[in-house]
Amino acid sequence: MMRGDKGTGLALRYVAALAITTIFIFPIYWLAIISFKTPNEIFAFPPVWWPESIQFANYAVLFKDGDVNAIWNSMVVSTVSTVIAMLLGTMCAYSIARFRTGGNFLSDWLISNRMIPPIAIAFPIFLLYVKLGWIDTYLGLIVLYTAFNLPYVIWMMRGYILDIPIELEESALVDGCSRWRVFRKVVLPMTRGGMFATAVFTFIFAWNEFIFALILTRSSVTTFPVQVTHYFGVDSTFWAKISAMSMLGMLPIFIVVAIMQKFIVRGISLGAVKG
Amino acid sequence: MTGVQANTGTGNNRPSVWMRMGSSIDRRFKYYMIFPAVLIILLIGLFPAVYALITSMQGITMMEEDTSFYGLMNYKELMNDSRFWESLLHTMIFVIIALPAELILGLLMAYLFLERLPGRQVFVALLVLPVVTSPIIAGANWRLLFDNRYGPVNQVLGWITGEPVTILWTVDANYVYLAILIAEVWQWTPFMFLLLLAALSNVDQSQMEAAELDGASFTSIFKKIVLPAIWPVMAIAVLIRALDLFRLFDVVWALTRGGPGTTTETVSMYAYVLGFRQFETSLTSALAFVVIFMLAVTITLILRRMEIDR
Repeated sequence: MMRGDKGTGLALRYVAALAITTIFIFPIYWLAIISFKTPNEIFAFPPVWWPESIQFANYAVLFKDGDVNAIWNSMVVSTVSTVIAMLLGTMCAYSIARFRTGGNFLSDWLISNRMIPPIAIAFPIFLLYVKLGWIDTYLGLIVLYTAFNLPYVIWMMRGYILDIPIELEESALVDGCSRWRVFRKVVLPMTRGGMFATAVFTFIFAWNEFIFALILTRSSVTTFPVQVTHYFGVDSTFWAKISAMSMLGMLPIFIVVAIMQKFIVRGISLGAVKG
Repeated sequence: MTGVQANTGTGNNRPSVWMRMGSSIDRRFKYYMIFPAVLIILLIGLFPAVYALITSMQGITMMEEDTSFYGLMNYKELMNDSRFWESLLHTMIFVIIALPAELILGLLMAYLFLERLPGRQVFVALLVLPVVTSPIIAGANWRLLFDNRYGPVNQVLGWITGEPVTILWTVDANYVYLAILIAEVWQWTPFMFLLLLAALSNVDQSQMEAAELDGASFTSIFKKIVLPAIWPVMAIAVLIRALDLFRLFDVVWALTRGGPGTTTETVSMYAYVLGFRQFETSLTSALAFVVIFMLAVTITLILRRMEIDR
């Protein structure tokens, strides 16, 4: 079809693609550029699209005032909960994938856990945490995010494990390996790519989570999304801090995601699309 | 369960080393493997559910620890609570407008990027970024963009209309919905786009070319060949987004906090206010169950409609 117009067609599509991508990236550009502006430039009317000079004072303030603690808290909570969820989740996934443990019931129950709206269980969890003394502790958030991520990890890892041929495990068994050794020495290395991809999304979930971080923390383990909302005051909004803090929180995710390109579609579609 | 059975995804009757190795330790192995994960999910999943079920039939509020049994009284009160129904309506407005908008825009974008395009990889990589941004940060970001004086949205609208625009996006009741919808669609259209692009890339090219040679129109090719092929992925994408939209919280919180008044209050936001501002423990629990019940019914219906229920 339309062989003659191929050049024009391509050029048009290119312009459209450029325009659409620009529109979608512009909000992030704007946030980034605010973080480099001076207060005068932030509150200039009409708004300034490119600052006179790139300066890092807004970031320096976050470090000086100790606001970056929130990034550290997010890092601790996300990393630890991801590691635990990956370990326990992959074990569970192996059992389900290879032994059909629990049948359809277990799988259905696991996936249904992911569909419950967080706010529906927020209040009972809050009361449970008050009783346990887990409010505003690393432990509390880590257990919570581990539990939230487990169904996802199990679901995804089940898919990745089913992708590897069972013969390898069988020959390891013939060689006299124990089940646990087969899992550690055969299954884990074979699914490394899938584990890494799944871990990235688990990490992102914990990193971006807001409602529970808001409800279950006070001041000592505030995570970065909650910290950003603190800058929206009743009568003043700290633009410089909002933008600089958001950038600090988004950059690590953006970098990891850029590396993970080929796993993204499978990761965000709950494995429905094998990318 | 019939002992240890391998789920290979291929044939069933393999000469099974897998089975012969089944000593008693092996048989218990599979349960050891699921135990820790199930325990943690039970702690965070089951306890709150049971607790909520019990308290939803009691009379606990900030003022009193009334644990006597009231049956369905709280549910009745909720059914008569106009603020609850309004929050449900607001949520449905977001679902009904944002979901098709994201789907259609995502599909158009997927078509645009389907064929060879120089720098396609870079474009797609950039379009991923909104999806992995924390929703609360996305909301905060849009609040700065929508600022009536220092934000670029009004500035650009001013350039287009040729006169100064001073819309109060996050305060003016006429614009708050549009503001939230823009932020929402901005963040999640790329999600639809990524999934649909992957699905479209898998559509059988030769079948489409054959239909084209036969002189089939674009619409009929789309209906007869493309749509059936991408349907499973589209259904999953719509389901994931519908569930997420139903619990919409972060973006609204960042942009309007449900305001002005309760104009943009969603079910999730109302549940938050009820539980953590007014401390209506029992009523909040009842609301949680109503929401879970409605979701369960909706999901079942959707799955049946879409015929992806296996």
